[in-house]
Amino acid sequence: MGLEEKAGDLGFVTTTLETVVNWGRTNAMWPLTFGLACCAIEMMGAQSSNYDLSRFGMEINRPSPRQADLLIVSGRLSRKMAPVVRRLYDQMSDPKWVIAMGDCASCGGVYNNYAIVQGVDEIVPVDVYVAGCPPRPEALIDGIMRLHAKVMQEKIGGKAHTHEEQIVVEHKDTGLIQVT
Amino acid sequence: MDNQTVLVQIQAAFPATITEIDERHGDLKLRISRESLLAVMQWLRDHAELQYTFLESVTGVDYLGRDPRFEVVYHLFSFRHFHRLCLKVGAPEADPVVPSLTGLFPTANWQEREAYDLLGIEFSDHPALQRILMPDDWIGHPLRKDVPLGYEEVAFTFNQDRIYAHKPFAKE
Ligand code: SF4
Repeated sequence: MGLEEKAGDLGFVTTTLETVVNWGRTNAMWPLTFGLACCAIEMMGAQSSNYDLSRFGMEINRPSPRQADLLIVSGRLSRKMAPVVRRLYDQMSDPKWVIAMGDCASCGGVYNNYAIVQGVDEIVPVDVYVAGCPPRPEALIDGIMRLHAKVMQEKIGGKAHTHEEQIVVEHKDTGLIQVT
Repeated sequence: MDNQTVLVQIQAAFPATITEIDERHGDLKLRISRESLLAVMQWLRDHAELQYTFLESVTGVDYLGRDPRFEVVYHLFSFRHFHRLCLKVGAPEADPVVPSLTGLFPTANWQEREAYDLLGIEFSDHPALQRILMPDDWIGHPLRKDVPLGYEEVAFTFNQDRIYAHKPFAKE
């Protein structure tokens, strides 16, 4: 089973180093064990058996930021918590990515007040925003898939995060344009 | 045990301290003077028959434009009689100090810190009157009615360029 069968008796496979590295990164992208509010419940839902994130190589949440590649900011971020989140992000080793999960993490959501950071992109650089209050597990998985697509386009030696590179997805049926 | 029994007993023990009596939906609410708070609380807690041994909540309220501006609301509960009693104490804006109940009910500690943190009501003789919810370096007391909510303009497609030009996006 696996590559041997697919490749037949070919002795070798050619590809580019970039593709292999990026392929490896997307298929073992471990998120940090970290939840902030109600969105975290949906994140747990996405990871448990009904939605089973481990299909995408993300079954292990790492309790230590040193071993994590992905920070899923799941929930509203209070100003008191903000330095902690930034610190967790700083402790993660490169390459690292951030998903802002839910309306609160993306833009403050319904909490437009003194206590909540109006979008975690004020604190950490965000790669993918997932809309919804809370986003369903499918939406989170979709966001992760988009992040994977973004990672596959990264260049070796280049910076892990470039905000100039955007993936524009146009949904034909709804006419929505999604930019990540 | 009904409200009237409690009221009669308190009035007999502290004739001059109750300034307002309010009974609505079966709940008894008494406004008492700041000076007598500790004595009344201790009496209610230690009373052999009433036994209000549980301080359910301590809450601060800001009635901007009223005198006294601040009010602290205490809910007491008697397990013995399954009866609830609400006491209110006013504190003027110039001197928003209320005696702390931490000596009588340890549970008052954090709840008084919350009232101090969010409303700026001070509790004299509190062992550690510090902020509990807001960051330590926060300036002001955010639940006071004269503090702005901190609203930020919401970005839509038509105005996002203007808003994002000022938004402090994080760097690497
Ligand atoms: S977006 Fe909705 S579900 Fe998510 S943290 Fe905010 S309020 Fe909760």
